[in-house]
Amino acid sequence: MKTKVTMTINGVSYSHEVEPRMLLVHFIRELAGLTGTHVGCDTSQCGACTINLNGLAVKSCTLLAVQADGAQITTIEGLAKDGKLHPIQEAFWEKHGLQCGFCTPGMIMSAAQILQRNPNPSEAEIRHELEGNLCRCTGYHNIVKAIQYAAETMAKR
Amino acid sequence: MATARLMGSSIKRREDPRFITGKGNYTDDLKLPGMTYAAFVRSEHANARIRGIDTARARAHPGVVAIFTGKDMTGVNSLPCGWLLPELKVPQHPPLATEAARCVGDPVAIVIAESQTAALDAADLVKVDWDVLPSVTSTARAATPGAPQIHEVAPNNIAFKFQIGDAAETDAAFTKADVVVKKRIVNQRLVANAMEPRACVARYEDATGDLTLWVTSQNPHVHRLLMTAFVLGIPEHKVRVIAPDVGGGFGSKIFLYNEETVCSWATRQIKRPIRWTSDRREAFQTDAQGRDHVTDAEVALSKDGTMLGLRVKTTANLGAYLSTFAPAVPTFLYATLLNGVYAFGAIHAEVTGVFTNTTPVDAYRGAGRPEAAYLLERMVDACAAALKMDPAELRKKNFIPKFDNGYQTKVALMYDSGNYGPCFDTLLQMLDYKKFRADQAAARAQGRLLGVGFSTYIEACSIAPSKVVGALGAQAGLWESGKVRVHPTGKVTVFTGSHSHGQGHETTFAQLAADQLGIPMDDVDIVHGDTGIVPFGMGTYGSRSASVGGTAILMSINKIKEKGKRIAAHLLEASPGDMDYANGQFFVKGSPEKAVPFGTVALVAYVPHNFPEGVEPGLEETSFYDPSNFCFPFGAHACVVEVDPDTGHVKILRYLAVDDVGNVINPMIVDGMVHGGIAQGVGQALWEGAVYDDTSGQLITGSMMDYALPKADGLPMYETARTVTPTPVNPLGIKGAGETGTIASTPAVVNAVVDALSGLGVDHFEAMPLTPERVWKAVQAATSGK
Ligand code: FES
Ligand code: FES
Repeated sequence: MKTKVTMTINGVSYSHEVEPRMLLVHFIRELAGLTGTHVGCDTSQCGACTINLNGLAVKSCTLLAVQADGAQITTIEGLAKDGKLHPIQEAFWEKHGLQCGFCTPGMIMSAAQILQRNPNPSEAEIRHELEGNLCRCTGYHNIVKAIQYAAETMAKR
Repeated sequence: MATARLMGSSIKRREDPRFITGKGNYTDDLKLPGMTYAAFVRSEHANARIRGIDTARARAHPGVVAIFTGKDMTGVNSLPCGWLLPELKVPQHPPLATEAARCVGDPVAIVIAESQTAALDAADLVKVDWDVLPSVTSTARAATPGAPQIHEVAPNNIAFKFQIGDAAETDAAFTKADVVVKKRIVNQRLVANAMEPRACVARYEDATGDLTLWVTSQNPHVHRLLMTAFVLGIPEHKVRVIAPDVGGGFGSKIFLYNEETVCSWATRQIKRPIRWTSDRREAFQTDAQGRDHVTDAEVALSKDGTMLGLRVKTTANLGAYLSTFAPAVPTFLYATLLNGVYAFGAIHAEVTGVFTNTTPVDAYRGAGRPEAAYLLERMVDACAAALKMDPAELRKKNFIPKFDNGYQTKVALMYDSGNYGPCFDTLLQMLDYKKFRADQAAARAQGRLLGVGFSTYIEACSIAPSKVVGALGAQAGLWESGKVRVHPTGKVTVFTGSHSHGQGHETTFAQLAADQLGIPMDDVDIVHGDTGIVPFGMGTYGSRSASVGGTAILMSINKIKEKGKRIAAHLLEASPGDMDYANGQFFVKGSPEKAVPFGTVALVAYVPHNFPEGVEPGLEETSFYDPSNFCFPFGAHACVVEVDPDTGHVKILRYLAVDDVGNVINPMIVDGMVHGGIAQGVGQALWEGAVYDDTSGQLITGSMMDYALPKADGLPMYETARTVTPTPVNPLGIKGAGETGTIASTPAVVNAVVDALSGLGVDHFEAMPLTPERVWKAVQAATSGK
C-alpha cells in the first residue's frame, strides 16, 4: 500500500505516493531527481547520503521517506545561495578536499553541521566528528584542512 | 606576452565545481525513458553445483519484465583472461554460472523489472536447487592434498607456477652467507572499496542496432573490446562505452565483470534500457579483491650487512576464476620488483597461483608492488635486528648507487633512473632521526612504547612498453592515445584515452596542453571516457596517465606545431624551416616581430583561401604513444607510532613521505594522491582484511560494518616532500604517482609497531592487520615466558 508523503527539499515542495519501505535517500534521488546525494553502502557507515533534515545532519539511507513527511530538507544542491558557493564548498575546492567527488556531498553536509555546532573545532575534534563519513581517495588530510579553512573564513564574515 | 608556466603549479581543479555542488554525473544518476532495473540472483554457497533453477514464482511477480539464466545466454562465451602465462590453467567463467557456482556471490540469474524493488523482490523468489560441495578459501591450504578441487582444468587448484631470477646464483649466495634471516610473511586480502559502487546502464536501440553502455570503468575501450569481441560476439563499432564520472577505482574498475556483460546482452533481448547498481554487500562479494599472498622469504647476508641473496616462495590466491589481468599481478608486477632499491647479489623467486572458492583477485592499488615492498622492507628490518644494526644504516649500506640511465636488476627489469640515498637522507632529516631515538629511549624509561618504521620502495609504472608486456603474456598493447583538435577560433579540445576517476585529468592535462601551446588554460578542454568520441585508449591504472597519456598528448601538440609552422611560414612568406613557436605565436627565428598568432593559424587552417601547397586543411592530430620502458618512481617513508601494550592499540603520531615521481604537473594533485595512498596502506597495516570462513566459504568481513576502512580519526596529517629525478623514458620526465603511498606505507607502519615492541621481545608479525587483539596477543606471547 502506498502512502502520500510531502517534503520541502531546498525550498521546493515534493509530493509523491511511496511504498512505506522506501528510503529517504531514494525519494531524494529517484523521485525528486536530486542525485547529488549518494549511496555508498547499505549499513549506514559511509555518510555519502548525508543531508540536513530539520536542522540536523542525518544519513538519508537510515530514514524512511515516510518518516520525513513534512520535513524541511537541504541537500548538497541547496547549499550554494544565489549562485554563490557556501564557504565550505569553497574550502573543499581551495584545499583539494576531494578527488573522485563521490563522498564529497556527504562530507560537505557533515562539515556544515560540525561547524554549526562548533565554529572553531580543533583538528582532533574535526577528525572525531568525521567518524560517520568515509573517503577512500583523500586520506582525509585535505578534508580536515578544508574544514579548518572554512572555519577561518566563516569566522571572518 | 609570456603566459605563466602552468606545469608544476598547484592549480585548483576544474572538475570540482560540479562535485561540490552535487552536479556530478555518475552512472547511477542516469535515468532513461523506459528504463528497467536489474537484480542478480547469486550463489550463497562457496562451491555448489546447480541442479536446477526455478523462476516461475519470480516471473509471476508484479513488475517483472524478464528473467534470464545462463542457459538462455546461448552463444555467449566465457569472460576472458587478458594475461596468459605459459601453461596457465584457464577455467571457464560464464557471465551467469550454468553448471556450478565457485564462490559466494557468483551470479546465476538476472531479474529485470519495472522498479528496483520489484527486481529485488522477484530475485528473492528465484529458487536454485543447489548441490553444496566442500570448499576451500585458505591460500596456504588450496594446493594441499585433500583440498576440494575447484576446476577440472586445474589439478590441485594450481593455476600456474612461475619463477624468476637465478636459482643457482642464489643458492651460492646462501652458501657464502654469514647470516641467514627467514620469515613467513602473509599479505592479507583486501577489498578495494571505491566509494562509488560499480554500476551500469545498458541501452540497445533496435532501429539502429546501436548499444550504449554507461559503466563504472577505468578503461572504457578495453571494456568494449573484451565484451564485444571475446564474450558477446557483437560488432565493436556498434557499441559505445561511456565511463562518466567514476567515484574511485583503485584497480577494481579495470576489469570486465559479469554484470555489465549480462546487462548488455539482456538489453538486446528486451529492447529496453537496463540499470544495475551494486549495493555494498554485492561489492564486497564481487569486486575483484587485492593481495592475498603467503610467502616464505630468506635473505643471505654477510657479517657487515651486505645483502648477498634473496630467496622467495610465494603462494598467491587468485580466487575462484581468473579476473581480467589476474595472472600478471603476482608475477610481473610482484616478482620483478623484488630487487627493490637494494643491490642484491642474487635473487630467486617462485610464485604459485592457486584457485580458491573466493572472489577473484586482481589488481588493487599498487598491484603486486605493495606485496614486494612489504616483503622486502619487513625483511630488511628483520635483517637489521638479526645483525643488531640500525635499520636506517642497513638500508643506506645496500642502496643501489645513483644512476641516470639504466640499472639492470636481477629480476628482469631495467630501472630508468634512480638516486635513492638523498631521498632517504631527506626523510631522516625531516624525522630528525637522532632526536627520535633519544626521545624513544626517554619514553621507554617512562614505560611508553614509541617506535619508528622505515620503508623504501621502487615502483614499475607508466605501464607499459607493449613489446615487453606482450612477450610476458599480455594480450593487449599498453600504449595510450591523445588527440588534439584545434577549433577555427583557436580553442582546443584534447581527447585522451586515459580515464579520470579522481585523478584530476581535466585539470592536469589542460595544464600540460595550455603550457605547451602557450595559450590560456581556459581555452583548453579535456575529454575522456567515451569510446564514441575518444580514439581507442587503454585507460588508467598502473600510474600511467600523466606519463603515457600525457606524452601522447604532447606528441599531437608537436604535430600541430609543425603543421602550424608550415601555415604560418606561408603567411609570412618565410621558409618553414626558419619558423619557431613560443607563447602562442609562430615567428621567424631571430625576428620575433614577424609573427602569426596561434588563433590566426587555426582560422586559416579551416578557411584555407591562402594556404601552402600540399598541406591539408584543418588542424587536428592524433598520436599513439608506446613507452620504451616502464618508469620507476621511488621513495622513502617513515611512520612513528605509540603502542599501548595493555590494550594493543596503535596510535600513529607522525607519518612522513619523501617520494620521487620525476617531474610533476600539479603538486597539489600529486600530494593528494600520496595522502590517499598512504591511508590505504595504513588501512592494510592496521585495520583492513578480507576474512573468509574456511569451512563455509563465507566472507565474514562482508560489509562496511565488518571490514574496517580507514577513518579520519585514526590518521595523522601527513608530512610530504619530494626529490625530483626525471625519467629519461618519456619527454615529460614524468614517472607516475598514483600508487606510491599505498606501496610504501604498509611496511612503514608495521616496522614501526615492531620497533616499538622490540624491547618486549616482539620481533615479527606473520599476519596483518595489526589490530589491538593481534598486537596484544603478540605482547602476551613475548612477555609471558619472561
Ligand atoms: S549510504 Fe552509506 S551511510 Fe547512507
Ligand atoms: S573523494 Fe573519492 S571517496 Fe572521497
